[in-house]
Amino acid sequence: MVRIFAYIVHKGGIADDSAAELAAAAGKIDAGASPTAIVTGWGAELDAVCETLRASYAEVWKVSNQALAYPNAELIRKALVNIVPSGSIVLVPHAHFGIDLSPGLSIKLNSAYVSDVLGIDGVEGNWLKVVRQEFGGQVSTHVKCDISPGAVINIRPGAFKPQDSAPADGMVVDKSAEVGALAAGRRYLETVIAEAGDVDITKYPVLISVGRGIQEKDNVSIAEELAEVLGAAVSCSRPVVDAKWLPKSRQIGSSGQTVKPKVYMACGISGSFQHLAGIKGNPFIIAINKNPKAPFFQVADVGVVADILEFLPELTNKIREARGASV
Amino acid sequence: VEILVCVRRVPDTSENEIQLNSAGNDIDRDDLVYSVNEADNYAVEEALQIVARTGGNVTVATVGGEDDEEVLRREMAMGANQGVLLTDEAFEGSDGRGIATILKAFVQKGKYDLILTGIQAEDGGAQIGGMLAALLDYPFASLVNSIEVLDGKKLKVGREIEGGNREMNEIDLPCVLSTQTGINEPRYVGMRGIRQVASVEIPTFGAADLGVDLATVGAVGAKVKRTDYFIPALGKGAEILQGSQEEIIEKVFELIKAKGGLN
Repeated sequence: MVRIFAYIVHKGGIADDSAAELAAAAGKIDAGASPTAIVTGWGAELDAVCETLRASYAEVWKVSNQALAYPNAELIRKALVNIVPSGSIVLVPHAHFGIDLSPGLSIKLNSAYVSDVLGIDGVEGNWLKVVRQEFGGQVSTHVKCDISPGAVINIRPGAFKPQDSAPADGMVVDKSAEVGALAAGRRYLETVIAEAGDVDITKYPVLISVGRGIQEKDNVSIAEELAEVLGAAVSCSRPVVDAKWLPKSRQIGSSGQTVKPKVYMACGISGSFQHLAGIKGNPFIIAINKNPKAPFFQVADVGVVADILEFLPELTNKIREARGASV
Repeated sequence: VEILVCVRRVPDTSENEIQLNSAGNDIDRDDLVYSVNEADNYAVEEALQIVARTGGNVTVATVGGEDDEEVLRREMAMGANQGVLLTDEAFEGSDGRGIATILKAFVQKGKYDLILTGIQAEDGGAQIGGMLAALLDYPFASLVNSIEVLDGKKLKVGREIEGGNREMNEIDLPCVLSTQTGINEPRYVGMRGIRQVASVEIPTFGAADLGVDLATVGAVGAKVKRTDYFIPALGKGAEILQGSQEEIIEKVFELIKAKGGLN
């Protein structure tokens, strides 16, 4: 069986949740696999991550280089090309770093690439069979990938449940001397932290969240009115921000805010995994969508098949009446 | 700056519900409305804004067939100086690497300072830009949500990272950037604009014109193949509320109250 590597994303001396998920994914490719973690970085933070990973990986390859103190995908690609044996499978979490790294890495390793994999069916001959999604999760696909030249596989965060296993008591192997000279045409300057918005959506127990189904900017007021009678805030999915109907600070998802409300009302949102990644704390989810096949119905507690432009004003009226009567 | 934007024609998810065909091996393509991939349209707008500030030309290219010409014309109506169709039977069935290989061959026939792609196609893998950059040995950045031309040789680009934060980078030209949706507000394209470019000739390039090795493209060269489409069997999913609209509203109201959503 081919050798499997897991590229570990880390920050502040702590490995990302994906570290354990990649090990689980490796187990789906080959139940007997003992994947090797690769950790790149610099200084005490790198050492801390390697030490932690010894509990879950039998072998941890450490690449220490001051140029890698910030994870620059081009530099890391060059390092990996020099240390990863040809024909290997390299697993990478499919988030902003993996999207930067993996397509080019597969070219330089002369191997196959599959992005955003959320299921692994196994290996048949030279073919690794995996599951992906298309059209924002509306349909799934089986994809087969020829792993004979090796492969880079990007794994969707959260898709593979970490396995409980006996402590690996792994060893750390220092590969720093093998990475060669590192220079890149792209240089990291700084990270600009998101500006706080007019409304802090993370503080509200109820969120009225709108998606593309709100159709135009003027319709956002429909959601604002419902939010007002509920003491809720209006949040949204990415297309609403792209269209400039609401500010970025209202966006929920992997590239926006992470929220933990009690009740989450998803109005005209299809339910891509990037959006769902921002909803934590197991809220009660009510999904309203006129498309009965909207992926959000698969994760919601209750669903309403309706046009939000009709449904939300009716609901607002109902609550107003009830509140009026109770005063 | 001379800019090449790589675009694709895809089923428009804002106009269609994507469903399986009766055989279950593909999406139902009857009566689908196609349009330019949304992220690619943002990339073209960004290119147009850059050349408006610094001068230069915008070329849009796509790999596909005759039907795909319409998205080139649409982007030319938006303001792109020319459209190019990379078409050959041998290209059919290409995987991401195959598409990137075809684009690389085209890039090397011209002289571009900057190559843009949308971050991801609706049915794609967010991969073409990164592969193309690696094939060309150009620097690359993905998820780009701001571009500033620093001088003729460098750009300052912002990348969308977690939590709405933004990673700022300096990147040497020539380079490849995959731009994120929302980077700008794409201009409206009216029917009049489309009509004005309706008869402009679109140059085409085949495998022989581009000098592409046929073993590296098409179904022959593909290491990654989609075998079917399916709708996964799921867990319980949502309880879909039934009844008249009034009854449903009553139920939703009661649920909001019960779950702590009304004080």
